[in-house]
Amino acid sequence: MSHDVSFTKDELMAVLDEVKDPEVPVLSVVELGVVRDVEVLDGSVRVTVTPTYSGCPAMAAIEHDIDEALRAHGVANVEIRTSYVPAWTTDWIPAAAREKLRRYGIAPPGPVDPEAPVQIGRRRAAVRCPFCGSMHTQLRSEFGSTACKAIHVCEDCRQPFEEFKAL
Amino acid sequence: MSDLSEYLLRLADDRLVLGHRLSEWCGHAPILEEDIALANIALDLVGEANLLLTLAAGSDASGRDADALAYTRDAIDYRNCLLVELPKGDFAVTIARQFFFSSYALAQSDALRQSSNAELSGIAVKMHKESRYHVRHSGDWMLRLGLGTDESHARLQAAVDELWRYTGELFLPDEVEQRVVAAKTGVDSSTLEAPWRAQVLDVLEQASITTPEVVWMQRGGRTGRHTEHLGHLLAEMQVLQRQHPGATW
Repeated sequence: MSHDVSFTKDELMAVLDEVKDPEVPVLSVVELGVVRDVEVLDGSVRVTVTPTYSGCPAMAAIEHDIDEALRAHGVANVEIRTSYVPAWTTDWIPAAAREKLRRYGIAPPGPVDPEAPVQIGRRRAAVRCPFCGSMHTQLRSEFGSTACKAIHVCEDCRQPFEEFKAL
Repeated sequence: MSDLSEYLLRLADDRLVLGHRLSEWCGHAPILEEDIALANIALDLVGEANLLLTLAAGSDASGRDADALAYTRDAIDYRNCLLVELPKGDFAVTIARQFFFSSYALAQSDALRQSSNAELSGIAVKMHKESRYHVRHSGDWMLRLGLGTDESHARLQAAVDELWRYTGELFLPDEVEQRVVAAKTGVDSSTLEAPWRAQVLDVLEQASITTPEVVWMQRGGRTGRHTEHLGHLLAEMQVLQRQHPGATW
């Protein structure tokens, strides 16, 4: 399809920025860092994606939504490529997107340090409550409703909340 | 089968079999948070297995894809260690097994990040990050059970005593592994034992659990000599593809 060539990368990125993550619908797949690249090739568009977690069950839905959004925009041939290098990290989520998460009621991820020793049996540093801003919160489980979230509870406003885990 | 495929199958099968075992807790864990945690960890492990099997399939001349490797191999062709195929037991057995395996997986993925195979190295970076959460989860529970009630302590001690004899196999290199190590693709398992022991013995001591004295370590998984438990697990996991080969939905 020759008309595919007329698309620009910025234009397609803007289209993909409208595709929300099915499990965190306040963020787009671009803000989340799942979309790594968009290339306008001769006759097709190639999107490179990387999964958040190895077993993330939303990846198939995300790929479907990306394909659908680009087709609706008029791209006839969409190719989706999965890349594992470099591995996805929450450090890629920009500040503005973190603020969106907080307003949505999910505490944004802290900094990532994969080289720090694994702490067993120690209280983890408290995570700020996204509702009342209190630091008087407690971790209930490092595993939440999706692979990427942990469950906390705020001792001040008594609200349970989720944290986007640092990975 | 190439040495690399064989090596990748070991990594993949450990995670696939343990992920399946862990999924048996779904809907049965003692509390809701734990049900979610165990299912999440199972998902990570099966996801890691999928990546590794896909890579193994790519370097295997037989043309089998990841699904064929998972669903059409018999027990004798599975390369997982014996530790991961044992029945899930009570919660203490599950936690002790997770702690032993996750501590091993953490040290292993840490080293595999340096693999000369770029794809394996990339997968290892991911596995390493996920293993850190897995070690924290089971490590915290080791302390909670060990320092909890008389009942929880007794159950954890029994679990550790029962499982200990299956940990030696994790650190036994063989010729396949030596060749993969020589190619700088894989990791010498024997080098993982020191960091594993340092972490595990420290937590056992903190949990006031006595480290077992074992004179005989079980082995055989890496060469396809399994316990009778693996066949039952595979029968359940593979039933659909065995009865309806190639079925998709």
